[in-house]
Amino acid sequence: MPELERTPLYDLHAELGAKFVPFAGYEMPVQYRLGVMKEHLHTRTKAGLFDVSHMGQVILRGDDAAAQLEMLVPASIVGLKEGRQRYGLFTNEAGGIEDDLMIAHRGDHLFLVVNAARKQADIAHMKRHLGCSVEPVDNRALLALQGPAAEAVLAAIAPAAADMRFMDVIVTDTDHGELWISRSGYTGEDGFEISVSEDGAEALARALVADDRVEPIGLGARDSLRLEAGLCLYGNDIDAATSPVEAGLEWAIQKVRRTDGERTGGFPGADRILAELENGADRRRVGLLPEGRAPMREGTQLFETEEAAGPVGHVTSGAFGPSVGRPVSMGYVPTGLARTGTRLFGEVRGKRLPVTIADMPFRPSTYKR
Amino acid sequence: MKFTEDHEWLRAEGDLFVVGVTEYAAEQLGDVVFVELPEEGRTVKKDEEIVVIESVKVASDIKAPLDGTIVAVNEKLADAPAFVNEDPLGDGWFFKLRVDDPSAVEAFMDEDAYKAMIA
Repeated sequence: MPELERTPLYDLHAELGAKFVPFAGYEMPVQYRLGVMKEHLHTRTKAGLFDVSHMGQVILRGDDAAAQLEMLVPASIVGLKEGRQRYGLFTNEAGGIEDDLMIAHRGDHLFLVVNAARKQADIAHMKRHLGCSVEPVDNRALLALQGPAAEAVLAAIAPAAADMRFMDVIVTDTDHGELWISRSGYTGEDGFEISVSEDGAEALARALVADDRVEPIGLGARDSLRLEAGLCLYGNDIDAATSPVEAGLEWAIQKVRRTDGERTGGFPGADRILAELENGADRRRVGLLPEGRAPMREGTQLFETEEAAGPVGHVTSGAFGPSVGRPVSMGYVPTGLARTGTRLFGEVRGKRLPVTIADMPFRPSTYKR
Repeated sequence: MKFTEDHEWLRAEGDLFVVGVTEYAAEQLGDVVFVELPEEGRTVKKDEEIVVIESVKVASDIKAPLDGTIVAVNEKLADAPAFVNEDPLGDGWFFKLRVDDPSAVEAFMDEDAYKAMIA
């Protein structure tokens, strides 16, 4: 097995009582002393600090970087305003999703954040297809500070953060060096992602957790938080065989890139994706609320009735949702069954248990728009 | 009280044994969110998986420590699975077992031996 990488915050995690697990080639904290449930609830009521340094940071430079990136991503990048960030998808020729990512317009360049497990493939993909320069950022850590107290905590270090709105990005000088801040995250909470130099990362993280309102949070709670927020985990809820329309991610394809738009198509898989935007897809990602307390986890088969012979769909993510106090799942079902309120059955340990299709997010998001 | 290598404890109560998991196991499991208990009256074989514990992250099984009959289960866990974490040796018990051969319990570890095992 190849050696696991460590982030610049590894020693601090250990000092804070982290339990580590291998994740996307890194040795990452899965939980700290509070445990997953309390970490989750703390993030929703105060603020949680997440080390997301394993994710990939990439800069695209060149006069036409935005137009270039539109050859790989169905989002409008040319239309992205300076100082703003947008969610995007790398698609493939079959109309599937190769990765999801954040794209920020920072004046003379674009700044991208991609998934840890996909970063090498994404960088190779961009170098192969883009005419602009593709520069992996290898000397910076990435922190996420999420929760209702995040603004007050971060503003003590970077006052400009208080004036940001959801999906704004800034570059600001602080005692911890130049911070690249976006008002975003992946928990459904208001909060920030903060890129900091590798050398300054530990001091910044220590300054943040020194605040009584902040607790360090591991991957366990990160997963339950993003699930309650109805957000997709790449590799679980979306993958190379899932189209953006099946996944319910139409909102990541702006009108200018759709049929009859100013810059229609031109991205991999456009034929299928544009057709599905018009006519719908055969299956659909839905929220699922199991009755009772037994979680329906990834891989649970979904059936139309208690007696049906074959499954109609399956769960792609499922866990107990600490903030909603019950199990929550998401998964795929035929579009005809995807209506909210439809009752299906999930097979858990050989038993068919009732589950109802529900709107997502399971808990309303609190972004500061 | 006796302890198994699977981190279960057995406590004699009259001619029955109450069974739960140890503090060490509860800690390892993480926050318990659901416990599926066996039906009362069910006869079980040693090492048969009879309880499912779902924590925030994973599902784990608890095995029958010995051959016997389930005579009671802790219904309180249906609404309050967190008892497993908060009071694993008390309110977090799972079931009461009428053991076919009570002398077999003597083969399990005492507290000192168990503590040595997890040390």
